[in-house]
Amino acid sequence: MEPVLTSGARIGDRPRPRKNYLNETKGIWSWMTTVDHKRIGIMYLVATLTAFLLGGIFALLVRLTLLTPQHKLFGLQVTAETYNRFFTLHGAIMVFLFIIPSIPGSLTNFVLPLMLGAKDVAFPRLNLASFYLWIVGAVMAVASMIIGAVDTGWTFYTPYSTTTSGTVTLMTAAVFVLGFSSIFTGLNFIATVHKLRAPGMGWFDMPLFVWGMYSTAVIQVLATPVLGITLVLLMLERVFQIGIFDSRIGGDPVLFQHFFWFYSHPAVYIMILPGMAIISELIPTFSRKTIFGYRAIAYSSVSLALLSFIVWGHHMFVAGQSQLATVVFSALTFLVAIPSGVKVFNWLTTMYKGNISLETPMLYAISFLMLFAIGGLTGIFLGTLSTDIHLTDTYFVVAHFHYVMMGSTVTAFIGGLHYWWPKMTGRMPSEKWGRVAAVLWFIGFNATFLPQFILGSRGMPRRYYNYLDQFQPLHAFSTVGSWIIGLSLFTTAAYLLASLRKPADAPDNPWGGTTMEWQTSSPPITHNFEDTPVLEHEPYDYRPRTVAH
Amino acid sequence: MDWLRAWMMPPQGSAFAKEIDFVYMSLFWLSVVLFLMIAIPSVYFPWRYRYKLGRVTPHQTHNTTLEVLWSVGPLILCIGIFFWGLNGWMKYAVAPGEAMEISVTAKQWLWQFEYPDQSRTINDIHVPVNKPVKFTMTSEDVLHDFYVPDMRVKHDIIPGRYTQIWFTPTVLGEHSFTCAEYCGKDHSGMKGKLTVDTDADFAKWMETGGTEWEDYFNGKDPKKTPADWGKITYERVGCNSCHTVDGTKSKGPSWKGVYGSMVPLNNGTSVLADENYIRESMMNPQAKIVQGYDPIMPTFQGLLKPNQVNGLVAYIESLK
Repeated sequence: MEPVLTSGARIGDRPRPRKNYLNETKGIWSWMTTVDHKRIGIMYLVATLTAFLLGGIFALLVRLTLLTPQHKLFGLQVTAETYNRFFTLHGAIMVFLFIIPSIPGSLTNFVLPLMLGAKDVAFPRLNLASFYLWIVGAVMAVASMIIGAVDTGWTFYTPYSTTTSGTVTLMTAAVFVLGFSSIFTGLNFIATVHKLRAPGMGWFDMPLFVWGMYSTAVIQVLATPVLGITLVLLMLERVFQIGIFDSRIGGDPVLFQHFFWFYSHPAVYIMILPGMAIISELIPTFSRKTIFGYRAIAYSSVSLALLSFIVWGHHMFVAGQSQLATVVFSALTFLVAIPSGVKVFNWLTTMYKGNISLETPMLYAISFLMLFAIGGLTGIFLGTLSTDIHLTDTYFVVAHFHYVMMGSTVTAFIGGLHYWWPKMTGRMPSEKWGRVAAVLWFIGFNATFLPQFILGSRGMPRRYYNYLDQFQPLHAFSTVGSWIIGLSLFTTAAYLLASLRKPADAPDNPWGGTTMEWQTSSPPITHNFEDTPVLEHEPYDYRPRTVAH
Repeated sequence: MDWLRAWMMPPQGSAFAKEIDFVYMSLFWLSVVLFLMIAIPSVYFPWRYRYKLGRVTPHQTHNTTLEVLWSVGPLILCIGIFFWGLNGWMKYAVAPGEAMEISVTAKQWLWQFEYPDQSRTINDIHVPVNKPVKFTMTSEDVLHDFYVPDMRVKHDIIPGRYTQIWFTPTVLGEHSFTCAEYCGKDHSGMKGKLTVDTDADFAKWMETGGTEWEDYFNGKDPKKTPADWGKITYERVGCNSCHTVDGTKSKGPSWKGVYGSMVPLNNGTSVLADENYIRESMMNPQAKIVQGYDPIMPTFQGLLKPNQVNGLVAYIESLK
């Protein structure tokens, strides 16, 4: 058996083709008009990472403002209004411009057709349209920040959002446009998975990443229109005072919350399922062992997608919905724990008796397991009715969803970015700096958000500019943690960009993966494969015959 | 382990707090165990099965028994936790019938409380110890949320609707309450003080209609005079719905310049508007009707505390 090396070309690698998707055509125009899923994926990557940078700057500003109760920022006094804008923009940018579009738009766009052995997504032009809609939405969102301000929180709760001044209408219009971008991406992936699988590839021969992204796409298509309708109603309410959400003119503010969470709870799964999808790739590859419980993981993705539609009311236990609804939503919410647990246990069992190496992507995968465990387990405190009364609307919730959205999804995203970086760019990123940054990320993340659980359980409400002096040590701790996160991310950005300066050195299959994207060259040719690949074995088959050459 | 609870949770101010803390701490320890069940293998396996050249991994694809076990096990656990949470929540959801009712009106960015005897306070509540107290809440503008951390209760306040919350305070002294639903600029400043009194202290406090007024009569703060208290009372009690202070005519005569003047009455006589006349107009408004006005004013006998009457008189006096 040929050992699977962690870097360097493997015996049997073909010579690198001279033309690939990056250099076949040149010039900015060839990128702007491309319908190649790989180029669109790269453009999405650059765009969403720019949004991540912007949202991250706002996050650091929020943390800096809270460092001391005097709210000094580099000697300047931050007012309550400014602080409220900081956290609103941080939330809105991170959710709508980064987490929701990032993994589907960038990594999935790039690897999903490759994993299926397809030449492209089903609707390449729609794919490009989806990217341009993202750009339009982003420009509108940034414009709303420059010409005015939004201080509603990313949730746009009425009647505050319908009565406050500022550019709320433009911001919600931006989110409306971004929603269509997300719907188009989802539609495209559904059609691609149904119609463009390689010959011989049945549903249960697909990589689990595809199952996760398929489930995500279903939610994108079914839930996002509700957000669109809700935001249109919000805009009409602001502009024409039609009386849907504002009780002074006959509306109902709680109705807005129902509408909003009917989308935004499924949206949580638009964010986390792609993270889980990536982990399902990383763990078997770096354990060099077949995935344990393939069908269980696939079904759990689908069942999480379905469950995501019937638990929205758990955001509203104390918000004035009917008491019966509250009880039913609590019961349904606990069901989410089952498929989440199934995934984690199957991943762990996959590692059991594996042959595990700890390259950067695997370090992120292991971080994911621990951070997702904390994110999931603290969800139990919030799903439990009696404890939720005390904990909801506090920092406990803030910490909980950051463990899921950031500790899990963003961790998986960074892991996946390292995993597919050689395929995307043809370059191996620095392993040494990669590991340093991964460890910094894990430390920084926990330093930032573990104290926030305690702040919350001790009664510190969220979205608070002023806080009691007794909370200052924990706030300071959290702020220092945010600097470590920043350091980790800037390190990552630096060595990833540095890797682009060296000549292409990545082999076709640097990690010894068994899914189809590793069968083509790094970077792939424009049409992905020289010949249409044929499925020869199930994914994650690490029996010697598939590894040896 | 009580120090850990004391570190993670606010002081316990109600019976409800004890129950919630017990559930919380139980879930905490359960989470620690479950976290270790995930964290230990995710660190141990990479070390125990670390990469070795040529190691062949077993082709274990699935095991139905395991899948069933780790689906059904957590399910049973979750059903148990759900009912435990439901049990505590049922108590929170339904206030006992004998609870004293306090009305809460929230607005950007203050709290207004009204007691059963219609006395009102701002950002300041007193309640008797060991007696259930119920808050019926509404908002004048946007969403708010009444959150009393020490009592472990919280509920959103919605304009155009009434929501309720209740607890039985068990610990004497001061507890803070705060707004927990984002409501704009001074969201984080929208807080107040809940004082749990003995029955005797509470009765005394009720008689004088709060303690806020004392600041206006002790002369310590030149910005807080009895007349200022009168102005607050004028707005709070609703005098302003019929009486202006700028001389314009409304349902009732304006207060501007009335003090010390001769007021013409509808029986053709007139009366000197002195302190006695003003007091009489509040307590027995039908006794003397000003010319050109209808006898529509209700009596405020019993509704106004002495400090409010004194404040109003001082306020009218100040409106030259």
